[in-house]
Amino acid sequence: MPNKINIVQAVQQALQNEMALDPTVVVYGEDVGVEGGVFRATVGLQQEFGEDRSFDTPLAESAIVGSAVGMAINGFKPVVEMQFMGFIYPAFNQIISHVARYRNRTRGQRHLPMVIRAPYGGGIRALEHHSESTEAMFAHIPGLKVVIPSTPYDAKGLLIAAIRDPDPVLFLEPKRIYRAFRQEVPEEAYTLPIGKAKIVKEGDELTVVTWGAMVPDVQKAVSNIDDISVEVIDLRTISPMDRETIVASVEKTGRILIVHEAAKSFGAGAEIMAIVNEKAFLSLEAPPTRLTGFDTIFPLPRGEEHYIPTPARIEAKIRELAAY
Amino acid sequence: MQFEKFNPLEDEMIQVMDETGEIVDPDLLPELSDEELLKLYHTMRRSRAIDSVALNLQRQGRMLTYAPNLGQEAAQVGTGFALKETDWGVPAFRELGMWLSKGWTVDKILQYWYGSEWGSHHGDDIRLLPVSVPISSQYQHAVGIGMATRLRGEKDVVMAYTGDGGTSQGDFHEALNFAGVYKTPTVFVIQNNQYAISVPRVMQTASKNYAVKALAYGMPGILVDGNDIFAMVAISRWAVEYARENGPVLIEAYTFRMGAHTTSDDPTKYRTDEDVEPWIAKDPMIRFEKYLINKGLLKEDEIEPLIEQFEDEVMAAYRSIEHSSDTEIDEIFKYHYAEMTPQLQDQLDEYLAYLKGADSNAQ
Ligand SMILES: Cc1ncc(C[n+]2csc(CCOP(=O)(O)OP(=O)(O)O)c2C)c(N)n1
Repeated sequence: MPNKINIVQAVQQALQNEMALDPTVVVYGEDVGVEGGVFRATVGLQQEFGEDRSFDTPLAESAIVGSAVGMAINGFKPVVEMQFMGFIYPAFNQIISHVARYRNRTRGQRHLPMVIRAPYGGGIRALEHHSESTEAMFAHIPGLKVVIPSTPYDAKGLLIAAIRDPDPVLFLEPKRIYRAFRQEVPEEAYTLPIGKAKIVKEGDELTVVTWGAMVPDVQKAVSNIDDISVEVIDLRTISPMDRETIVASVEKTGRILIVHEAAKSFGAGAEIMAIVNEKAFLSLEAPPTRLTGFDTIFPLPRGEEHYIPTPARIEAKIRELAAY
Repeated sequence: MQFEKFNPLEDEMIQVMDETGEIVDPDLLPELSDEELLKLYHTMRRSRAIDSVALNLQRQGRMLTYAPNLGQEAAQVGTGFALKETDWGVPAFRELGMWLSKGWTVDKILQYWYGSEWGSHHGDDIRLLPVSVPISSQYQHAVGIGMATRLRGEKDVVMAYTGDGGTSQGDFHEALNFAGVYKTPTVFVIQNNQYAISVPRVMQTASKNYAVKALAYGMPGILVDGNDIFAMVAISRWAVEYARENGPVLIEAYTFRMGAHTTSDDPTKYRTDEDVEPWIAKDPMIRFEKYLINKGLLKEDEIEPLIEQFEDEVMAAYRSIEHSSDTEIDEIFKYHYAEMTPQLQDQLDEYLAYLKGADSNAQ
C-alpha cells in the first residue's frame, strides 16, 4: 500500500516510528494524549504506546518544557508540543536559560536530546496570537537548533533526525500547509540531515531562498516565470544555517531574493544577506533583497491577506530584481 | 464578612437555588428587585442568543472560530452584575455574560470574533480590557490595575477571569501572590467548566478544588455553584465589597462547558454523552426560568418570542459589521506606535505602490 501522506500525518508517523524503535521517546503536551493534539499530530500514540509515553499535561508551557529538560537529563527523549507557536512564550525562559545552555555550561557532561514541536505561521484565518512566525528569535539563541520542513517527506525525515539529535531542536511546523498536499513517503523510519538546505529547483540567473509554508508559494510564483532561470532553495534548517548551499547558488546566479513570512526587521532574511555579503560579495550583481511580512503584528483575518507575500508579489519581486 | 472564613478544604459548595428552581438557602438569597431579576435573566438570554447566532453564522462560513459560553451564563452574568460602572472587568476569552454587563456592545463583540481589531476598540470608555488569549497572562494586568487604584487612594475593584486550565500557568500563581502581598482590590474568578479543551479536571490539578489555591496566597477562596445565578450574585457582591475594603478574593464558579471548546473543536473525541448528560438538568437558564415563572415574572410562552427577539437583535448587529469590517491597509501599520516609524512608513509605501502597479498591469 502506498504511504501517501500530508505534513501533519508525516509528523505523526515520525513520532510513531521513533516511539516504536526507541522506548525512551515520550510525547506530551496540552491535548496531546487522549485527543491526539488539536491538529491531530499525535493521534493514536496513546492508544498504541500507553499513557506513560504519550500524555496530556496541565496547561503550562513552562512546565512542559522545563520538565522535558529534567526528563532528558534523566534518560528520556521527550518530544513536547507547544499547541501554537504563539503560546511558546511562557516557556521562553526555560528555552533560553536552560534548554539551549546545558551542554555548554556542563562542558558536555549533560546534554538535552529533546524536541520542542510547534505549529507556526499565519494565513489560516485565526484569532490573535495564532499566526506569527518568530523563528528568528529562537535561531538567535546559541545552543538551539531550529528546523522548519515544507513537505511531508522532509517533515518526517527531519523530525526523526531531530529526535535522534543529541541536542535540543525546535521543530516548527508550517500549519498553513499541514494538509495542503500529500506525498509518497517511506513507511519506515529515515532521517534527513539537519543543517542542510534543499535545492527545490535549479536555475542560474537568480536565487530565491525560502522555507516552510512559503515554499509552495515561491514555487507557484516561479512556475509563472519562464524568461528568468530561477534557483529555489528550501532552507529547511534555520539554525545552523546551510551557508554552503546559499553561497554556491549566489556565486552562480549573482542575485538573491529571500522570502519569508516573518516580520522583516531582524529576521532570518537579514542573516542570510549577511552571509551572502561576507562570502559571496564579489559575485553579486544586484543588492540582496527581501520580501517578507511587514514589521507589524499579524493582522486579524479581516486584513490578513495583505501580510503574507503572495505568489503574485513574489513574481513581481523576482522580475524587479532580475531587471536590476 | 460572612464568607471570609469559608474553608474550601471543608465547606460545601455554596448554592442558593437548586436545579428545580427551589431556594435552598433563603438566608443567602440576594436582594434583587423584579427589574434586576429580569435584567439578569435578559442578559443571560442575550448571551445565549449571541452564541446561537454566532454558531449559526460560523456554520455558514460568515464567522470565524468562535468560543461559545453555553452553560456558563450564570457564572459570567452573576459576577459581571456585581461590578459598578467604575469597577474593572479583565477577561480571558469566554466571559460573554460579563462583557455584556460591562457594556461591550454586541456589534463590537461580533466584530472581534469576526476577525477585526476594531472589535477590541470598545468605543465608549468602559472599564473592560480586551480578550486575552495567552492563558492567564491577564491576571497580572488585573493586579496592576488594582495597584494603581490603591496608589491613587481610590476604591475601584478589578474582577479578573480565567478558566480551570488557566490555574496551571505560572502567571496565575504569580498574580495571586502579588495580589496577596499588595492586598490589591482584585476578585479572581475561575470559571471551572471542567475542561481545558480536552483535558479534564483530574488532569489539571491534584488540589481538592480550585478554590483552595487561594489559601496559599493568603486570601479567601470560595467555591460556588456556577450554574446558580443567585449564588453567583450573592458571592460576587460580597467578594467585590470585600476586595474594595480589604484585599483579594478568589471565587471558583463550578460550572460546565456544554458546547465545544471552540468551533474548531470536536468534543466527541474526548467526552461522551454520559459526561454531558448530568449537566443538562443543571442548565443555569432552566432553573432561573423556573424560578421566574413561579414568581410570576415570566410566562412559559414568553420565552420563545424573547429568544427570537434577542436573536433578531444579534443578527441586526452582525449585519451592521459584516460588510464594513475589512481592514484598511494603513490600519495594519499605523497603530503600533504613537508615531509610525520610518521602517513602517517605507513598508506601507512599498506595498501600496505594488498594489497600484498590479492594478494598472491588470487593466
Ligand atoms: C499560553 C497558552 N497556551 C495554550 C493556549 C491554547 N488554548 C486556548 S484555550 C485553552 C484551554 C483553556 O482552558 P481553560 O483555562 O479551562 O478555559 P476554557 O477554555 O475551559 O474556558 C488552550 C490550551 C493559549 N491560548 N494560551
